[in-house]
Amino acid sequence: MKCLNTVIVLTVFLAGVAKAQQASSTPSQPAPVAADNAALEQKVRDLEDRVVTLEGLVRQLQSQPAPGATAAAPAPSAPASQPAVPTEQGAAGALTAGNETVRLGGAGAAAAKALNPDISVIGDFIASGGHNPINPTPSFQMHESEVGLQAIVDPYARADFFISFGETGVNLEEGFITFTSLPQGFVAKVGKMRAAFGKVNTLHNHVLPWADRPLVTQNLVGGEDGINDAGISVQHIIPAPKNWFLEFTGQGFRGDSADVFTASNKNDLSAVGHLRAYKDLTDNSNLDLGVSYSRGHNLFGANFVTNLYGVDAAYRWKPLSRSIYRSFVARSEFIWRQQQQPGLFACSLITCPLNTAAGFQRAFGFYASGDYQFARRWFVGARVDDSDRPFNAHLNDKGGSLVLTYWPSEFSQIRGQYRLTRYGENFDAHELFMQVQFALGAHGAHPF
Amino acid sequence: MKLHCKLYVLAILLLCLALFSPSLAEGKKLRVVTTLTDLASLTQEVGGDKIDVEALAKGYQDPHFVEPKPSFLLKLRNADLLISVGLDLEIGWLPPLITQSGNGRIQPGAPGYLDASQFTEILEIPQGKLTRAEGDVHPLGNPHYWLDPDNGRRIAKGIAAKLTEMDPGDQAYFQQREQDFEKRLAEADKKWLAQMAPYRGAKVVTYHRSWPNFAKHFGLDVVGYIEPRPGIPPTPSHTIEIVNLMKREKIKIELIEPYFDLKTPNSIASMTGGRVVVLMPSVGGKPEITDYFKLFDYDIGVLTKAFEETK
Repeated sequence: MKCLNTVIVLTVFLAGVAKAQQASSTPSQPAPVAADNAALEQKVRDLEDRVVTLEGLVRQLQSQPAPGATAAAPAPSAPASQPAVPTEQGAAGALTAGNETVRLGGAGAAAAKALNPDISVIGDFIASGGHNPINPTPSFQMHESEVGLQAIVDPYARADFFISFGETGVNLEEGFITFTSLPQGFVAKVGKMRAAFGKVNTLHNHVLPWADRPLVTQNLVGGEDGINDAGISVQHIIPAPKNWFLEFTGQGFRGDSADVFTASNKNDLSAVGHLRAYKDLTDNSNLDLGVSYSRGHNLFGANFVTNLYGVDAAYRWKPLSRSIYRSFVARSEFIWRQQQQPGLFACSLITCPLNTAAGFQRAFGFYASGDYQFARRWFVGARVDDSDRPFNAHLNDKGGSLVLTYWPSEFSQIRGQYRLTRYGENFDAHELFMQVQFALGAHGAHPF
Repeated sequence: MKLHCKLYVLAILLLCLALFSPSLAEGKKLRVVTTLTDLASLTQEVGGDKIDVEALAKGYQDPHFVEPKPSFLLKLRNADLLISVGLDLEIGWLPPLITQSGNGRIQPGAPGYLDASQFTEILEIPQGKLTRAEGDVHPLGNPHYWLDPDNGRRIAKGIAAKLTEMDPGDQAYFQQREQDFEKRLAEADKKWLAQMAPYRGAKVVTYHRSWPNFAKHFGLDVVGYIEPRPGIPPTPSHTIEIVNLMKREKIKIELIEPYFDLKTPNSIASMTGGRVVVLMPSVGGKPEITDYFKLFDYDIGVLTKAFEETK
């Protein structure tokens, strides 16, 4: 605080000097002393610059009370690199000015707040109408309240927590540390995270272009939670010619994810690999392709493995000079699921004796969707769904949706969706959803 | 067990990738990436041929809503220095890019991360309690500060200091270039101020709050905004207020950024006999605006012409 006061006093003083100089310079001017004038002008400008520099310093001091991890670069006139001051008491709210350490009393709490993580809350309310006995949804539900806590941990890492409060309980949706300063351009994550399998699996509810998730996700990739597990992720950008962006992500997980993977013992790990290829076609359009593979043990036990293969593609168009008014995204994912299971499930009860050779259940599904933004706040979209059932691939579900989305502002969103699902049992479900989402707090970045 | 084997193979593959990827050996030139073209232009002025500089966003694009394209990562992963506007202007797109770049040198707090706002005069810093009822407010102050040539000079000075810190061998070169830039800017500024002198104190309305620094430097008086609140598109009732304001105060000039829809501004103009003036907020907004000087040349040119014609 002492330092801050000094800086402010100095700023005021300098401003005063600048004013005084200006004032005194006018009357005592003899006729045309242009050179003198220019020199004075220069001096005033220099003083102005110093005041601005000091103001910048004050802003920095106000926003970063404890130097250390996030100490910003010093002002240009200051020595180029100040030695980092150890901050054992940093969190407790100690301010360091030069070599002198100033302990703060009551102000300590306020100072420590500056290091609090960015907090955001996103509410997701869904109302639904229509009849669907196979996959029922309540008439009104506060589907999810997602609390995000995000901050830089230290010079080498940042951390992100997303805690999802549902109607019945609390769930750590994601919580991981990202090591951002690894050698050779590697980025590693450790914690619980959504696996990099395809596109939809990586996305939180509130950034989906629909009120629900596609049938193929519901059926084959674990539904709303998806492949979401504790483990380690490593990603690396692979040098590629012709401005292609190539990135490989490799992930190892405990092996427990919804109804996809089940670890019946410690060695039943699961793995996910994803290769992403991206290219800017023009300034306004780009192509985003990916292939994914995932493997883990399933609920039949340690000897039974499920393999998932995925292909995803997205084409985006956004005219940069009108980027806030018009855009179009087409996206699609194809997913194959191959599940080892006891013979009993592979063929019908009558023809197969119990526990013969392990069988395979092969299921396939896809979705394709397009979203067009036709005004600053308005989007319209459509989606086609098709998916086999995971445990009975003879049954095939099909569906289609129409979506209309309105953004009152960047921080809230109202969406209507009509969905028709033709279930494998030859049953049609017509449903209407109305979704309201709203965000508080820190302005989160938009995923791409 | 088979799975473990696969994981090992994966690890070995990754290791191979690491070894064969081109080493980040120290090149001769510093590689600088800036978020906006204006910062790139200023960096180029100071760094000359000792650096390579690239901007992420285009000059005709709304800098609040840039998409974090993976292709930007290709630029960021090899950068020695990242210069950003700061004040949360890039909050919607830059943080995830920095995280995913895998480049430890440009992480916030690292020597290769420079927030240019620290060098400049910031206007419209909100006081007191802030809510989003006021729209998409910038809690740290107005980030469009580069549109004041005085701030341009200060940023150049700050960049020169940073480049010197990263490449001490070329200190004299950077200093000389920075001083030369300052001299040329001072001369150009004199010319711009002279051009604008007849219109000092003129009242204008603007679409977004992009122009406070520009207005302050060139003596314009911004009395209203076509957006009812920052980031909120025009509403009919607010548009009528603006029309009445313009009629009452005999305001003829509406300043618009190139990335906003001209429908409302045009209809306001037709109701008030005003003039829609599309000013470029950034270098590269038009193909002919190739550097920081041409940015003001263009804007002042367009603006004085409009003032002249609506007199």
